[in-house]
Amino acid sequence: MSHKIVVPIGPYHPLQEEPEYFRLYVEGEKVVDIDIVIGYMHRGVEKLSESKHFDQVAFLVERICGICSNSHPFAYCLAIEDLGKIEVPPRANFIRTIIAELERIHSHLLWLGLAGHFIGYNTVWMWAWRYREPVLDCFEMITGNRNHYAMMKIGGVRRDIEDKDIPALRKILDELCPAVDMFKGAIMDDPVIQARLVKVGVLTKQETIDWCVVGPTARASGVDIDVRRDEPYGAYGLVKFNIPAAKDGDIFSKTVIRIKELYESISIIRQCLDIMPKGEFDADVKQIPPGEGIGRVEAPRGECFHYVKSDGTNRPVRHKIRAPSYVNVASNKVACVGGTISDAAITLAAVDPCYCCTERTAVVDRVSDKKILNGFDLVKLSQEKTEYLKKKVI
Amino acid sequence: MPELFFRYLFFPGFLFSAVVGLLAVWLDRKVTARLQWRVGPPWHQCFMDIVKLFNKEVIVPEGAKITFILAPFLGLAGVTLLTTILGRSLFSLGAGFGQDMIVVMYLLLIPVLALIIGASASGNPLASIGVSREMKLVLSYELPFILAVITVIIKTKAINLNAVLDYQAVYSSCVFSLSGLLAFLVALMCVVAKLGLGPFDISEAEQEIMGGVLIEYSGFLLAVFKIGKAILIHALSLFLIILFLGRDLSPLFLILKYSGILVAVILIKNTNPRLRIDQALRFFWGKLALLGVLAVILSLLGL
Repeated sequence: MSHKIVVPIGPYHPLQEEPEYFRLYVEGEKVVDIDIVIGYMHRGVEKLSESKHFDQVAFLVERICGICSNSHPFAYCLAIEDLGKIEVPPRANFIRTIIAELERIHSHLLWLGLAGHFIGYNTVWMWAWRYREPVLDCFEMITGNRNHYAMMKIGGVRRDIEDKDIPALRKILDELCPAVDMFKGAIMDDPVIQARLVKVGVLTKQETIDWCVVGPTARASGVDIDVRRDEPYGAYGLVKFNIPAAKDGDIFSKTVIRIKELYESISIIRQCLDIMPKGEFDADVKQIPPGEGIGRVEAPRGECFHYVKSDGTNRPVRHKIRAPSYVNVASNKVACVGGTISDAAITLAAVDPCYCCTERTAVVDRVSDKKILNGFDLVKLSQEKTEYLKKKVI
Repeated sequence: MPELFFRYLFFPGFLFSAVVGLLAVWLDRKVTARLQWRVGPPWHQCFMDIVKLFNKEVIVPEGAKITFILAPFLGLAGVTLLTTILGRSLFSLGAGFGQDMIVVMYLLLIPVLALIIGASASGNPLASIGVSREMKLVLSYELPFILAVITVIIKTKAINLNAVLDYQAVYSSCVFSLSGLLAFLVALMCVVAKLGLGPFDISEAEQEIMGGVLIEYSGFLLAVFKIGKAILIHALSLFLIILFLGRDLSPLFLILKYSGILVAVILIKNTNPRLRIDQALRFFWGKLALLGVLAVILSLLGL
């Protein structure tokens, strides 16, 4: 019997918080084909970037994604520094690395939670997000913001990590380790999770190469690529770390790889805190010469690529961005087909598609319809909480 | 006659079981929330939800059959009759009739059938996937559930709920024998599946088919389904108590047993990801059916 029906996942669907449209063609429970429609979130960032001067673009690209909000400005700054042959002070490199790895931790914990949610395991969801919370507090303590850190700046970083914050940072990392151990045990040894994830959504090594997949998704299929090791930037050349790898290419391997990367990230941050030199954290950049530059950063989801061309004015002439999800999402075309609808739900999420959080909040009194808290008040509240946290943790 | 109406509509029928059932749903939500580091809703949340749903607009999809509107009431009527029978035999001893356990087994299927009828009448493709999953799920869990009930029948030599309770009052609760314990575990898993909770919420699966069977329901029709489900939770807990834990029926023990069963169900629900339908089928017809057969054999041997 060949009776195809279409199961729409998107544009708005409980599975995915961002608008993306996957059209699953199913026969019974089996997925026979899939159409991927993206572009609902197109905001013309590359074009916008051409109308801003170089310093402003760092803030713009930060808003491409709420989760990789450090990887994009990092890659952009690397591109500009490549273009202008700018030497970054060593301390700034270490601070950049610390922020990048903290970002990886919070992003992987976020994914872990969402993956749990997608296979109907809400307890894992809530627990993962609970342990993600201290990491966000950590960001707030160091940078003043929970999500958009605004740390990257051409030629360095915008803020220093002060010595008095370091004990609290270490403490949060120490407390994170047992939590990761717990997840490792709870997820890797659970027979029901294995039944749901092992040999599901498999991407073979050849398919991974054919579809140009990057990041943990590629590493789970035996393609050993990682910009941090292959072309070290920041302080990655100065610290020791492993790149977890697997061969099976199924969702279970992707999960295991992400959990193992959490350990590596924690270790990288600890090493950075140990050997971070004192000194300047910002090279004073006055002029961007004409030329071209590229920046590559290993974002939590894979390689994030920025290309910038300058003609000597204070604006980029061309700015090209390739986010990792752009290539990873396409690989669903092979990974989903042949599985069931239940498998498709987790497979679509297994590449960790990136979504944007660009909403602003205003608290409104329901009765008088008057705004009680606006953006400035919320920033103030947040700063007060930062102060409170600093006092509490130390 | 008025007495009959009172029993059906108030105690132990509709009103009583709806209130207790909604409190059971609240317990589920609260314990789940506490397990997940959340605060959880206040005790009256489930009642407020029902009131809210009654105030909402009912949207009947274009092309839906009349059964779309009738199905929720069919389910509710069936499950109310079920809970009346179970409540009568538990709360007023000696009120059973004939071979009422068979009636109960049939009535347990009514809410599921109502769900299937209503969802198929909605004409939504996602609902039809939900229906196909629900039907497969019914086929899978009925076999071990019937085996578990047969174990009790063999053990107590009765197909009458009162006789089962009498037997347990004289000897001991069925669960305290090897065959009884096995049958209880099997029945507990089937109850989780019957309630569409935990690893077996396959036909609703909000992340896959957005609520599946319930996708087109809104307003008070959805509220009727929700009440029906709350009463079903109540009814199944009572049924498990009657079958396996019928020794001491003093109010304190009754409440303890009742919440014990609920907490077990909630724990199963919160410590497992959702199974695929083929895995659920394999689980019920494989492992659980084997356990069920084992329990039947053990009970025949008198263990």
